[in-house]
Amino acid sequence: MKRYDKNGPLALVFNFVFLLFILAPLVVVCLVAFTDKGYLSLPRDGLSVRWFVAILDHPEFVDAFWYSIYLALGSATVAVALAIPAAMATARYKFPGRGLIMAFFMSPLMIPHVVLGVAFLSYLSSLGWSGTYIGLVACHVVLIMPYALRLVLASVTGMDRSAELAAKSLGASKWTTFRRVTIPLILPGVTGGWVLAFITSFDELTMTLFIASPSSTTLPVRMYQHITETIDPLIASVSAVIIFITMIMMIILDRIFGLDKLLVGK
Amino acid sequence: MNRLLPPYLLNGPALIIFVVMLVVPMVMTFILSFNSFDFYGGIKPDYGWHNYLEVVQDSYFHEIFLRTYGIAIAVTFLCALIGAPEAYILSRMSKTWRSLCLLAILGPLLISVIVRTLGWALLIGNNGVVNEILIGIGIIETPLKMMFTTGSVIVALVHVLVPFMVLSVWTTLQKLDPQVENAALSLGASHFTTLRRVVLPQVMPGVLAGSLIVFALTASAFATPSILGGRRLKVVATTAYDEYLNTLNWPLGASIAVILLIANVVVVMSYNRYVEKKYAAVFD
Repeated sequence: MKRYDKNGPLALVFNFVFLLFILAPLVVVCLVAFTDKGYLSLPRDGLSVRWFVAILDHPEFVDAFWYSIYLALGSATVAVALAIPAAMATARYKFPGRGLIMAFFMSPLMIPHVVLGVAFLSYLSSLGWSGTYIGLVACHVVLIMPYALRLVLASVTGMDRSAELAAKSLGASKWTTFRRVTIPLILPGVTGGWVLAFITSFDELTMTLFIASPSSTTLPVRMYQHITETIDPLIASVSAVIIFITMIMMIILDRIFGLDKLLVGK
Repeated sequence: MNRLLPPYLLNGPALIIFVVMLVVPMVMTFILSFNSFDFYGGIKPDYGWHNYLEVVQDSYFHEIFLRTYGIAIAVTFLCALIGAPEAYILSRMSKTWRSLCLLAILGPLLISVIVRTLGWALLIGNNGVVNEILIGIGIIETPLKMMFTTGSVIVALVHVLVPFMVLSVWTTLQKLDPQVENAALSLGASHFTTLRRVVLPQVMPGVLAGSLIVFALTASAFATPSILGGRRLKVVATTAYDEYLNTLNWPLGASIAVILLIANVVVVMSYNRYVEKKYAAVFD
């Protein structure tokens, strides 16, 4: 017996409407981005890429895009570099305060981003780090650490240790074992954690809004500032570019890890 | 060498960063919330409960907190209402369709909330797509005013957050044994009864966990209420933002942030305790 689908027609209609609800706003952004008019409208008289070309005349968006990329690269790398030893400690040792330390590293998930924003704003300005790259990276690291740690920890916990023991018994030093055996084995989890951390940093708006300065504006912050002044086809085309890039990344991630596994972290 | 040293050394770098970049700023914000502020002298280093009293006594802030938590309850309820059935439908789909639908539902989580909110602004704006279509087919003549209403904020937040609900229920459903459902059906229970008395009790922990995430994220949402609610429909997060970056009354903004944080933590903790107590059997 081969059953493709156990859902009745009513359930399929529900599913269709649900998907429509989820995708409509994103589809509309992409459609409006291709308008040939000078104002917001659907491209009814023909498609045009004029608003995509227009992005290039607005260096503030291009600069913000690159700043976001540098920021996410730096923060995700630092977060993963901190997460690997922390995950090794949690997965392999029993020590007083283990659960507490883990809860501490996961706590940024429970703190509203606006609260982190106000805390970092006064802290960075008292340190004299406002709007500096290093200041923004430090704040983003705290914010994205839970995402990196969750996936790295899952891969360290799930790792088969017999290969490590074999390497050790064959005379490999601790460091060599870690570098040539452990790291390759946990690499999928580390990569997944890094990518998720990168995306979270790249997308973050609320907290960054408080700590960004005109010279360190990320793309979401730049877009927010633009939208609060005016909503035009330009902002739609910038958004469409983000949607296209995210879609490509998503399909790759789904092929490698499975999107639900990546987001649940198991 | 002490046997206990390695785990602390391994945790060390992350612990240092977290103490310097999380504990210190949070404590400083907490202290700042007790300082006072005046428009000429700026922040004064004195201590008192006046900022908290102002928030507790001023009806302006009552309205903001009531609106925020009202929106949070509505969004949570709607997410459970549409997210849980969707997860159930997904679990009964063929594998190919399911992974395609999951990709479409979870994918938007990776797209910045600002893009998703912009989508709603383009849909429901005065010369947005919905009005364009409704006028085009002659149902209405003047555009409906949907931007800057509480309803639009709720709908957009449901859109932004419902993937978390689907994900949460979906994870619970995967642990379910389909044979139990088949047993109920073969013993003569109607489909509806099976859903209500067999499936629903077992996915409730997933629904509750999802509700928790959605509630906490809605209560602290900033971008969506700020863009779709406009300046008049203030919520707690946008109020804290205004106090900090427009009025420059940092102590008052800090006290609003502290209240928001404490409210969130209390809700999450008590909810967790309730769920663990009530569904202890399911988690074991």
